[in-house]
Amino acid sequence: MAGLLSYGAYLPCHRLDRSEIAAVLGESGGVGARAVAGYDEDTTSMAVEAARAALMSATTRGRVQQVLLASATPAYLDKTNATLVHAALGLASQVLAVDMIGSVRSGAGALALAAQSGQRSLVVLSDLRIGLPGGSDERDGGDGAAAFLLGPDTADLPMIAEVLAQDAVSDEVLERWRLPGAVASRVWEERFAEDIYGPQAAQALTAALERAGVRPEELDHLVVAGLHARACRSVPAAVGVPAARVAADLTREVGNCGTAHPGLVLADVLDRAGPGETIAVVTVGDGASVLVLRTTAALAAVRQPHPVRDQIAEGRPSLRYATYLTWRGLLTREPPRRPDPEPPYAPPAHRRSGWKHALLAAVCTKCGTRQMPPGRVCLSCHSVDAQREESMEQVAGTVVSSTVDRLAFSPSPPILLVVVDFDGGGRLRCELTDATEADAVIGSRVEMTFRRTVTARGIHNYFWKARPLRLLRPAPAGAS
Amino acid sequence: MGSHGIRDRVAIIGMGCTPFGEHWGRSADDLLVDSTQAAVESAGMTLDDVDAFWFGTQASGVSGLSLSRVLRLNKPVTRLENMCATGSESLRNACYAVASGAYDVAMAVGVEKLKDSGYSGLAGTTIPAAGDDGRGEATAPANFSLLAPAYAKRYGVEAAELKRVLARIAWKNHMNGARNPRAQFRKEVPMEKIISAPLVAGMLGVFDCSGVSDGSAAAIVVRAEDAPRYTDKPLYIKALSFVAGAADGVSSPGYDFTTFPEVVACAEEAYRQAGVSDPREEIAMAEVHDCFTPTELVLMEDLGFSERGQAWKDVEAGVFDLDGTLPVNPDGGLKAFGHPIGASGLRMMYEAWLQLRGEAPAQRRIGSLTSTRRLAMTHNLGGGPGECVSFVGLVGAEPDA
Repeated sequence: MAGLLSYGAYLPCHRLDRSEIAAVLGESGGVGARAVAGYDEDTTSMAVEAARAALMSATTRGRVQQVLLASATPAYLDKTNATLVHAALGLASQVLAVDMIGSVRSGAGALALAAQSGQRSLVVLSDLRIGLPGGSDERDGGDGAAAFLLGPDTADLPMIAEVLAQDAVSDEVLERWRLPGAVASRVWEERFAEDIYGPQAAQALTAALERAGVRPEELDHLVVAGLHARACRSVPAAVGVPAARVAADLTREVGNCGTAHPGLVLADVLDRAGPGETIAVVTVGDGASVLVLRTTAALAAVRQPHPVRDQIAEGRPSLRYATYLTWRGLLTREPPRRPDPEPPYAPPAHRRSGWKHALLAAVCTKCGTRQMPPGRVCLSCHSVDAQREESMEQVAGTVVSSTVDRLAFSPSPPILLVVVDFDGGGRLRCELTDATEADAVIGSRVEMTFRRTVTARGIHNYFWKARPLRLLRPAPAGAS
Repeated sequence: MGSHGIRDRVAIIGMGCTPFGEHWGRSADDLLVDSTQAAVESAGMTLDDVDAFWFGTQASGVSGLSLSRVLRLNKPVTRLENMCATGSESLRNACYAVASGAYDVAMAVGVEKLKDSGYSGLAGTTIPAAGDDGRGEATAPANFSLLAPAYAKRYGVEAAELKRVLARIAWKNHMNGARNPRAQFRKEVPMEKIISAPLVAGMLGVFDCSGVSDGSAAAIVVRAEDAPRYTDKPLYIKALSFVAGAADGVSSPGYDFTTFPEVVACAEEAYRQAGVSDPREEIAMAEVHDCFTPTELVLMEDLGFSERGQAWKDVEAGVFDLDGTLPVNPDGGLKAFGHPIGASGLRMMYEAWLQLRGEAPAQRRIGSLTSTRRLAMTHNLGGGPGECVSFVGLVGAEPDA
């Protein structure tokens, strides 16, 4: 069987306090917060961010043989979303990139299939959970993504966790459903599926642990994820896993991130697990799916650059509820008296995919000058057609000038415009996101992030913006 | 270098300029009829006497047909566009046409009808693109606002001080516009009102940005030796300079947002064509492209009117006021006169036409003309800091010996 080779997780920086929802709706209470994807994020852009974290090394990136993107909230139908992740990562063209869409189970399915496939597979789980205002899905949901590279154990790309066993139960049960185009899921009353899912999850987990040769009381980490909270809570006791071994489910801090949630909690476990520790990942819904892993000594050197706990701690102060509703399209605001934004046009977007999606700058082979966007004529020595490509995706830069645009239309005004000079050369004028005016100062250090900049005339536009350092933050002194 | 200029070979013999403003009741066609009629009248001719037309508009018409249909011509008409330098560009090309001998009488006419779109602010023409321009929805005010903190930082000017300097520029241009019956805004605006106006981008407020308006202007040019047939007060073309930049300021770490290198190069070329060695001493008035107040500030240095880093002091000292050493934008500038893109360059030349011929209204007449300070400049800039086009023209009431 294959193993886990690397991993990464992405939580957007925005939060909505549950008490903020309650206060606006005239209720009381509400504990903790949910993670909120920015107005310029969607499941595809978050998938790219998680995948970047999992594939920091160019060598690793070059070895990916297939990409599976799982989401219950895809940005597009009919058009593959995984090809955007594939393009943004600059992967080789002869790679299968395909979506597994529809439900939380899609993520578990992608992991299960990748573990069985002989290929080196990048599995990305990404979700954006909304619900009708005032409902539990809105309150308890979260937005985020997690990415895992699975494949055979090799000397140059060793397993950080071995897949010991898998199991699954499938059941046709009308517990949660949503018609395409509907805003919110509908669910049957919660008590109905508790007696169905609980035993199914227990059955699959018991079988998988037995096949893996791990006794329930010896399991080091149990991850149980799914949108049926009561069923999930019943699993440890039903199987005999001690409560202390149940991984923190993070729902109080960031909400339940649906398809991405099993991956998010697994990533959190991997951030801290020692060698030789066993982990069971149970995904509950439409039956149950189980993966049992054991970490190796190689894990310590391949932790993701930005741990889940740090991402949780760096959440920004709560959004206003009205801002959340506006960003999710649940509150339609008055548009400005400006022309509608332009969508991307297919032919130029396809020609320029290297720059647009993978942020490939041009470097002149005659004089070494880096230029963005790329062009055939060097801006410095004027040599023609002497350029090579260079990725800016992992290059940090410094803000040399900035301004605040209070006139431009934005779902999150005002727009911050920065001019960034990159380490090693090159300059780009672009938007600064995930930031306030206080962050847009000369001398700030920034990195680039993949975003959905706008949706115009039914077409999503994807490109890069600057943000305060996150992925490329230098490790603190003394860190391993 | 193969650029020679056409100093004193071409003269403007007639001009017309409509009032600029929100002309809800007038179409681009109406404005074109008005400006061209005024121009031929001032030259004592009819449209039939014009042999060829250079017609500048950014987005209010395509093809020469947009002019020839309106005026019922059957003449050569070139429609051109060069962003905010469109009007000046039409003049430049008309001048070359008569200098070459190809035509005897050429007209440069510019028009813009911005107020039919229903949008606030400028809306550019869109070309199918890939959605990978980092600027996104950021506006022109945001783009030009990058000049201010860069200037303040480089020359050690406190933010509050710079804000006052920028306001002083807006105040001056409104003072001048208040004395101009053709201007869009004809009221003086107190400094405090300018400084406390709502912010639009960076430190720029509403009064730091030029207005959006409709208008048209036209000029008729002939070879210098033919000028006396039409007027005893022609305006001689001394220099016509144009630079379209490599747009590398936004892609290259070498650019620091305190200057427009395109303008510096463009002005140097204009001074070379006209034989100007000390612009601050030889230029009697300048109409410059004050799309935003920090633009005018930086232009004073780029055009050689102030030493680097000193323009802010010159502004505060009133050097560029109507009664100052070198009046800048005596007609109110883009700020008060308005900025219908295709017409602005010709509107600037119209002020030179009035002032150098002693026909400006008394309350607005410049006092800077002397025997050695005899030239008028018009300057336009299109695009933004780091990626722009620039035009500089110089005219004088007498040919040089």
